[in-house]
Amino acid sequence: MIQAIVFLPLIGAILAGLISIFGAHARNPGGDTVEHHDAAHGADAHASDAHDEDTDDHGHDDHAVEPAAAGSRVAELTTTGLLLVAAGLSWMALVDVGFMHHDVRIALFPWITSGDLQVMWALRVDTLTAVMLVVVTTISSLVHLYSIGYMDEDPYRPRFFSYLSLFTFAMLMLVTADNLVQLFFGWEGVGLMSYLLIGFWYQKPSANAAAIKAFIVNRVGDFGFLLGIFSIFMLIGSIDLETIFAGAPALTGKTIDFFGWHADALTLTCCLLFMGAMGKSAQFLLHTWLPDAMEGPTPVSALIHAATMVTAGVFMVARLSPLFELAPNAQAVVMLFGATTAFFAATVGLVQNDIKRIVAYSTCSQLGYMFVAMGAGAYSVGMFHLFTHAFFKALLFLGSGSVIYAMHHEQDIRNMGGLWRKIPYTFTVMCVGTLALTGFPLTAGYFSKDAIIESAYASHNPLAFYGFLMTVVAAGLTSFYSWRLIFKTFFGEPHDPEHYEAAHESPLWMLIPIGILAVGSIFAGFPFKELFAGNSVEDFFRESVKMHPHIIEDMEGVSEWIKILPTVMMAAGAYVAYIFYIRRPYLPVELAQQQPLLYQFLLNKWYFDELYELIFVRPAKWIGRFLWKVGDGTIIDGFGPDGVSRWVLDVTRNVVKLQTGYLYHYAFAMLIGVAGLITWFMFGLGAQ
Amino acid sequence: MTIGLGHYLSVGAILFTLGILGIFLNRKNIIVILMSIELILLAVNINLVAFSTFLGDIVGQVFALLVLTVAAAEAAIGLAVLVVYYRNRGSIEVENVNLMKG
Repeated sequence: MIQAIVFLPLIGAILAGLISIFGAHARNPGGDTVEHHDAAHGADAHASDAHDEDTDDHGHDDHAVEPAAAGSRVAELTTTGLLLVAAGLSWMALVDVGFMHHDVRIALFPWITSGDLQVMWALRVDTLTAVMLVVVTTISSLVHLYSIGYMDEDPYRPRFFSYLSLFTFAMLMLVTADNLVQLFFGWEGVGLMSYLLIGFWYQKPSANAAAIKAFIVNRVGDFGFLLGIFSIFMLIGSIDLETIFAGAPALTGKTIDFFGWHADALTLTCCLLFMGAMGKSAQFLLHTWLPDAMEGPTPVSALIHAATMVTAGVFMVARLSPLFELAPNAQAVVMLFGATTAFFAATVGLVQNDIKRIVAYSTCSQLGYMFVAMGAGAYSVGMFHLFTHAFFKALLFLGSGSVIYAMHHEQDIRNMGGLWRKIPYTFTVMCVGTLALTGFPLTAGYFSKDAIIESAYASHNPLAFYGFLMTVVAAGLTSFYSWRLIFKTFFGEPHDPEHYEAAHESPLWMLIPIGILAVGSIFAGFPFKELFAGNSVEDFFRESVKMHPHIIEDMEGVSEWIKILPTVMMAAGAYVAYIFYIRRPYLPVELAQQQPLLYQFLLNKWYFDELYELIFVRPAKWIGRFLWKVGDGTIIDGFGPDGVSRWVLDVTRNVVKLQTGYLYHYAFAMLIGVAGLITWFMFGLGAQ
Repeated sequence: MTIGLGHYLSVGAILFTLGILGIFLNRKNIIVILMSIELILLAVNINLVAFSTFLGDIVGQVFALLVLTVAAAEAAIGLAVLVVYYRNRGSIEVENVNLMKG
């Protein structure tokens, strides 16, 4: 069953990939470049038409769009069907593992055998993994279904579905990993698929730039992650999870040399591992790629950059919780970054105008919440938020996609307004998603977010109060920007009458998945509360995560006003948004004019992109240019190949002058040579 | 005055020197160079025959005949090359024969 869950998406990806390859071949037999150019041009026109938000042309349906490759429908239905099967099996696996306690470990075959290093391909399914399996396959199958509708104008659908399924496979390899190398394989696999999918519309330069940015920023995190794996192997001599967990307690108090600094071994290792999580989960300082990743198609944003891939970092910390529990200082670091991200991303989300970017910053902020729970030692609570967040954030993204689709690829919320009359279904599910995100009582987000805030308050982390404060403030900000999005998009006067008139509800392919997600956003909370954040945690998770002792009891014991506080903040945020955008729409403009510095600071995302440009990008470019021009051009080429060839030419040019071409010169040289030889034989060495 | 080995060798040496000078001092005609080479070969022949007679060894004279044969063949080939060259280039002046100049 587990093999089926993991490998069905791979099979789907291969099939869709073959259809894509043969389709490209049939479209372009013999690789005729002229025809290929035409094809690229057609797609280019389509892409710029459909996705350039500045364009006034909203009638892109009229354009002759390149026909889809033959077999697109087969590729769509195959991948989606296989994913649906995998999702059904995953729920069965969750019941089997979580409630029946049938943990599974399947060794597939050996991978690397090199000295002390033994790496197996193995699937490890315990409750933590089973929860992730459910999240990944459910969201992925719904996104597949949604994409059938959303991508119906794109000629490269088989490639898209192949990527989606391959991403799902990589993510499943990540969550079922039994050792750190396999985890890293999945980790890099999802990174690669993220790159390919962000750059799916490769005709757009901005998409390519965003893809490269995501890839490079993730490499920074992966660098730390790799160093963490290395140091674990150095300390324990194994990368197998069981061996690591067994050997970890013996490491407390050990130090290792790190650039001449005697660091506590576990703290350092955990911080390095967390650096990897920061990159993948877009935490503060390494978050810059996530908003840019919105250049990809919206289903990709929902699947990868909201619900699944970005939670890989959270999953990894939970998976390695036995290590983090032994390193309280590292937990403080996790708490610090998580809380800062939650607050920072929420503030930036307040003033953004691109509908997808608002949701992207919201994702960033919610990932911060999850890390706060991790830092507090309440790993199951963090996983709870991951679980509920996957539903409502996928819902919000797919709902935004539905709005964008209805508005003919318009993404700026300033150009929307009044849409609730036109697309009531999308409006309803977006409201459900927003309620869940802001933590409206009895929705999914309410249980998980409140549990996180309680765990931050109750934890013994030195930075616990900071984490508590930031998450509470962020709860208010979250409510404000979420309702701002709803009010500006769906209420008020239409700001763009043409688009407004043409707005229409999306096809059924798209409405069904968001309907299912809306149901999930409401009901994913209450039934699971006891399992993730209540008294059944021990029984449900068992050995798969090592919780901080007493954290669950301490959470029960926090006073009532702490429990109510997030709800109060949520209501306050929603009320302020109501005042600002419904009752007195002139207020936000005045506020922005009164506080231009603050407004610009937030609008430019705390100037992080500019700062990184100054600190990293320009020096890197300068060094690159220096090594290129001086190092490679002048030194290596100058003294190497070019220098040698120039020297050879110089010498030969002079030697050539000896060849006068006159017979008597040659004869004279022969004579001198003969005389020399004879002299040498008679008097020199030859005579002896 | 009896004519001894020294006289023969002197004649040979003079002929040889004339041949060498003919090659180097000649700026005009390639045929002269060919003739000078013949002259050098004859000088060698005189040496061979002189030594053969004085030492009573017939091999030297046999060798001289061989050299004559080779010289004849060489002259024939050399002249043939010259004729072809002249047909192609229209000149056999030594100054103009410098196709090998670098």
